[in-house]
Amino acid sequence: MATQCIVHDKADSVGVVVVEDVQPGMELTGWIMETDETVKLQALDAVPLGHKVALRDIKAGETILKYGHDIGRAVADIGCGRHVHTHNLKTKRW
Amino acid sequence: MNGHGFFGYRRENGRVGIRNHVVILPLDDLSNAAAEAVAHHIKGTLALPHAYGRLQFGEDLELFFRTLIGTGSNPNVAACVVIGIEPEWTGRVVDGIAGTGKPVAGFAIERNGDISTIAAASRKAKEFLQEASAYQREACSIEELFISVKCGESDTTSGLGSCPAVGNLIDKLDPLGATTCFGETTELTGAEVVCASRAASQDVSDRFMQVFRAYQEVVERHKTNDLSDSQPTKGNIAGGLTTIEEKAFGNLQKIGRKTKYIDVLKPAEAPSRGPGLYYMDTSSAAAECITLQAAAGFVVHLFPTGQGNIVGHPILPVIKLTANPRTARTMSEHIDLDVSGLLRRELTLDAAGDLLIDMTLRTCNGRLTSAEALGHREFVLTKLYQSA
Repeated sequence: MATQCIVHDKADSVGVVVVEDVQPGMELTGWIMETDETVKLQALDAVPLGHKVALRDIKAGETILKYGHDIGRAVADIGCGRHVHTHNLKTKRW
Repeated sequence: MNGHGFFGYRRENGRVGIRNHVVILPLDDLSNAAAEAVAHHIKGTLALPHAYGRLQFGEDLELFFRTLIGTGSNPNVAACVVIGIEPEWTGRVVDGIAGTGKPVAGFAIERNGDISTIAAASRKAKEFLQEASAYQREACSIEELFISVKCGESDTTSGLGSCPAVGNLIDKLDPLGATTCFGETTELTGAEVVCASRAASQDVSDRFMQVFRAYQEVVERHKTNDLSDSQPTKGNIAGGLTTIEEKAFGNLQKIGRKTKYIDVLKPAEAPSRGPGLYYMDTSSAAAECITLQAAAGFVVHLFPTGQGNIVGHPILPVIKLTANPRTARTMSEHIDLDVSGLLRRELTLDAAGDLLIDMTLRTCNGRLTSAEALGHREFVLTKLYQSA
């Protein structure tokens, strides 16, 4: 089955888009590597290759998980299927 | 994988190299011109120009000597000509390299001038080159192989594919007795607790946390913002990495899932606890880190890249792999191994690790890496602070 998105860990709040042409409205099939499960979601933004997509609704201030670990804090509400990057996710360090 | 070996050059001190360079090593910035003239004159020798070597002091000076002596001592170097402005520090580097038993000679420019020095050094370089050209490769085993790893211009595909492929290789070669090394202290920020848990003992774990905190103090002392202009780099961000924490977890995939590191090395310090995985305190800048690992005696380097870092090193062959299909397509001349099939689920991690082992052994047997073929010879010394 074609995979448009890969997720490291079942606990993760984001997945990585691994194809070059994700457009708003596109149905994405995500593969969770750790558990070999499949998830389905709809992209709400154009998300470039290698960029992250939210797998669920995330509230501003919430910790975002990838690799099952804390990779920073949401600085805006992020809807499921939205592009997650420097505009809505910030480091907790430095 | 048992029985997998390669053909390398066994040196006087028993260590094994995979290249047979005759190096013309300048002691200092002033001696670059003479070193390059000798390398131009004696075809087949290699000059290693660099920017430092004057008025350094203290720990920075110690690191400078460790790096230069270590580079000349690397088993990929068959013989070395050292040229310096004055004889004392030149002699210190020559004596350090002579400890390996390999042919080495030093030349000083003061009271001779460039032209006489170049003539004398050229005669010696020619002699060394002809001797070295007669050396033969011999059958060597994985236990004799020193492999360093460092990633660059990472993106999210690095953490998904190319770094785990390196980790798979380490998990397979560690039990066979390979000596391996990772570093990049600041780039573990956010993943430092997980990294500390991968140490083989509490003592090693504590020493990792000590160097990690010391590097954080350097960042805190000098930073003017949250480092979002440099770490992650602009290339990292273009590739989808957002925070240093995210980058760190991708980076750490390079040490595999089970291998534990057995010691914490100072920059450019040679491993001394036998086979196993070592952590080295390094900058995360590619050429600096690789130069330190080469100076510690590592002979082949694995470099996962996402967006396409093109770094090489004059004496340490750098093997590039990427899991980013666009990088594999648009920068193919820089990529030795394309593992983008991992992202399409056409390639398993186990198979990617095996492909990387195969590419590593082919490189050890003499196959030139893309960086070697393209002439990438980044030799960049780490400087800890201002000179006196």
